[in-house]
Amino acid sequence: MTAYLLKRLIIALATLVLASMVVFAVLEIIPGDPARLMLGLNASADQVEVLRNQMGLNAPLAIRYLHWAGGLLSLDFGRSYTYSVPVIDLVRERIVVSLPLALIALALSTIIAIPVGLYSASRRGRAGDAIAMGATQFGVAVPNFWFALMLIYLFAVWLRLVPAGGFPGWSAGVWPALKSLLLPAVALALPQAAILARVARSALIEVLNEDYIRTARAKGLPYRAVLWRHALRNAMIPVLTILGLQFAFLLAGTIIIENVFYLPGLGRLVFQAITQRDLIVVESVVMLLVAAVIAVNLIVDLSYAVVDPRLRSRQ
Amino acid sequence: MSLLEIENLSLAIGDTPILKGVELSVAPGEVMGLVGESGSGKSMTALTVMQLLPFAARATGRVTFDGIDILAASEDQMCALRGDDIGMVFQEPMTALNPVKTIGEQVAEGIRWHTRSSRAEAEDRARKMLDRVGLPAALFPLSRYPHELSGGQRQRVVIAIACALKPKLLIADEPTTALDVVLQAQILDLLRDLVVENRMGLLLISHDLAVVTEMADRITILRHGEVMEAGDTARTLSEQLHPYTRQLAQASMHVPARPRVHEAGQGKPLLQVEGVTRDYPGRRMSLFKRATAVRAVDDVSLSIAPGQSVALVGRSGCGKSTLARMILALDRSTSGTIRFRGETITGKSEAELKPARRDMQVVFQDPYGSFDPRQKVEKLVAEPLHVLDKKPAPAERREMVAHALHEVGLGPRDMDKYPHEFSGGQRQRLSIARAIITRPKLVVADEPVSALDVSIRAQILDLFAELNQKLGIAYLFITHDLTVARAITDEVLVMHDGRIVERGKTSEVLDHPQSEAAKALVAAAPDLHRAIARRLQEQG
Repeated sequence: MTAYLLKRLIIALATLVLASMVVFAVLEIIPGDPARLMLGLNASADQVEVLRNQMGLNAPLAIRYLHWAGGLLSLDFGRSYTYSVPVIDLVRERIVVSLPLALIALALSTIIAIPVGLYSASRRGRAGDAIAMGATQFGVAVPNFWFALMLIYLFAVWLRLVPAGGFPGWSAGVWPALKSLLLPAVALALPQAAILARVARSALIEVLNEDYIRTARAKGLPYRAVLWRHALRNAMIPVLTILGLQFAFLLAGTIIIENVFYLPGLGRLVFQAITQRDLIVVESVVMLLVAAVIAVNLIVDLSYAVVDPRLRSRQ
Repeated sequence: MSLLEIENLSLAIGDTPILKGVELSVAPGEVMGLVGESGSGKSMTALTVMQLLPFAARATGRVTFDGIDILAASEDQMCALRGDDIGMVFQEPMTALNPVKTIGEQVAEGIRWHTRSSRAEAEDRARKMLDRVGLPAALFPLSRYPHELSGGQRQRVVIAIACALKPKLLIADEPTTALDVVLQAQILDLLRDLVVENRMGLLLISHDLAVVTEMADRITILRHGEVMEAGDTARTLSEQLHPYTRQLAQASMHVPARPRVHEAGQGKPLLQVEGVTRDYPGRRMSLFKRATAVRAVDDVSLSIAPGQSVALVGRSGCGKSTLARMILALDRSTSGTIRFRGETITGKSEAELKPARRDMQVVFQDPYGSFDPRQKVEKLVAEPLHVLDKKPAPAERREMVAHALHEVGLGPRDMDKYPHEFSGGQRQRLSIARAIITRPKLVVADEPVSALDVSIRAQILDLFAELNQKLGIAYLFITHDLTVARAITDEVLVMHDGRIVERGKTSEVLDHPQSEAAKALVAAAPDLHRAIARRLQEQG
């Protein structure tokens, strides 16, 4: 187990370093001079050169990389070119929206998907399965912003239960803040749940054909108990894999939903930074997301070992 | 009164009839043997009693267990019976246990469910049961996971699950088919003891007539879902009144005719193995200690003459398959040399091995798993032809495939079929056709008949014998089944813990084994003649 853990940890760290190099390199290659951008089109070449020196843009590539990477480690991401505030402040402001949103959506998606998968797998080929799978097909096919609009219409405009958009901030109280995250979370969760339910169903069906399911039934356990005690845990590996991927998506890929609901999340921050060539913000947020994805993958890898004892003893 | 009474049981899955009017009964303390070839409906009969049939199956007739009408029983009633009054043991111990739960949890689960006892109480009973089936606490704590146990040990856990609550009836569906003969004998002994201890009824399902004869008081012979013959085991098998019974008995003792016997020492040896050893990296126990290597094959030497048929016998895990892989140059030896037709093949590159590959081919155990299901027979059988120096033209290739198919008793029209269109026996013929298409001098056959029914097995053994006589192919048969070794080989090598511990003429070694390992194998091997004789003697 320790060896497994150690190996995963080393792989995760190596990936992180490699990814940081790629992120840094890619942003170096793409055209657009941040110094010129900050000074505007009318600035003279001398002025631009002075600013480039000030910003350290003229130093050798390796030095700039080390400087940047060292800054990341001490959470010093530098200053935003456009907002002229530390990037960390911008990120901090946004992550308190994006992270809870992703977590709520993930929880919702799991809570919906697992029972649907269990239900469908246990009544494979029957009417209930067909209906549930039809619904997930719909969920996979329909884009989440459409769900978002429907939800706004139903719950905000018509029933007036929740606000249609915007985020009051956590300072306004936990409940108002949560309330404004609820609809976006549902809109994000539905398509994810549909995918997850299908994965859970097929993994469960495979497991239900295993010999040990028959052994469990021969013990006298009712079908439902066999499903929960024996089938579900064995079907968790593919489900966990998809969950990991979904979390990464939910954290970074929520830009459309953030726009629909006017949420000040990370997705919008990156989007704005890209249009304004605010490279330092882009770099920082991308690195943050990379780190989050790698951390989630590490957690998924470790949870494999929790689920399956065979992974613990094999190395 | 009977414990289990099956009367006029018919079963259909969809429109396909599986069982037709099956009659069978088991009394308390009695062992009933249910024998038949694959597809005869043995397992379906067992699953009917458990009511664990596939969704689309419909059963009619009458099944009574202990006064309860099984076919009319509700699912709740069945749940109460399963695992409490009726236990079941399955064929494949490697997959019969849940890989993510400890053996303690799995044995205790049924106990807790049926007796509503506390966790501690159930674990206590589970511990006792595991002790009883020969898994003592010191070596097999409840916290062990299935993957940490061998096949035989796992089957003991399955038996512990099935017998934990002292069932009145135990159904064992091919409980030892996946195990080697020594383990088989141990498991059968255990089952016999449990029957005597608890006056348990045992319905023993097997395709192996010898196993059933050793175990069963009465026997029911099933074919195509119908009972062919039923009655006292010794009488049924000694009189062999029913033609199918006779056919089964003869097939299971079949010895193919091989008038010409090749012996070692005639001319130059075809294959020479000298001092071959194979180490595998062992499991690392600590971060700072080097892992000790596992020696799978330990200083083995042997030689095979052209046209000679040699058996390599031993228990599972003794290293026989590893040795075979090195002979086929599919695995590298740690030390030692292997010479084929006088040329060294150890340490050669793939290109240098080409001529040797042409002259040695392999037949595997599982005729289902060894073919790509999406390719046609022509392509599958022609596969080894790529080792020829000159690629044959398409027409020539078809000709060669047709010829190879003819030699194994299949027609040229079979060339355009897919593997799933063939039965198990036919598929094994296909893999033999694939092996002989390059006219090899040596065929290595790894348990080539152990997945086949007895009558098919007899045919395949005949085919091996015929090809040996006609084409002079030498064989290395890897098997744990001594009947096969006796039927088809001139010489036998007994392997144990990576070493060859005994060798000699097949009949001599098997009749008068000298080494402990050979003695154990011979003593454990079920033998139909011996079993019938013993039964008759017991009954006077």
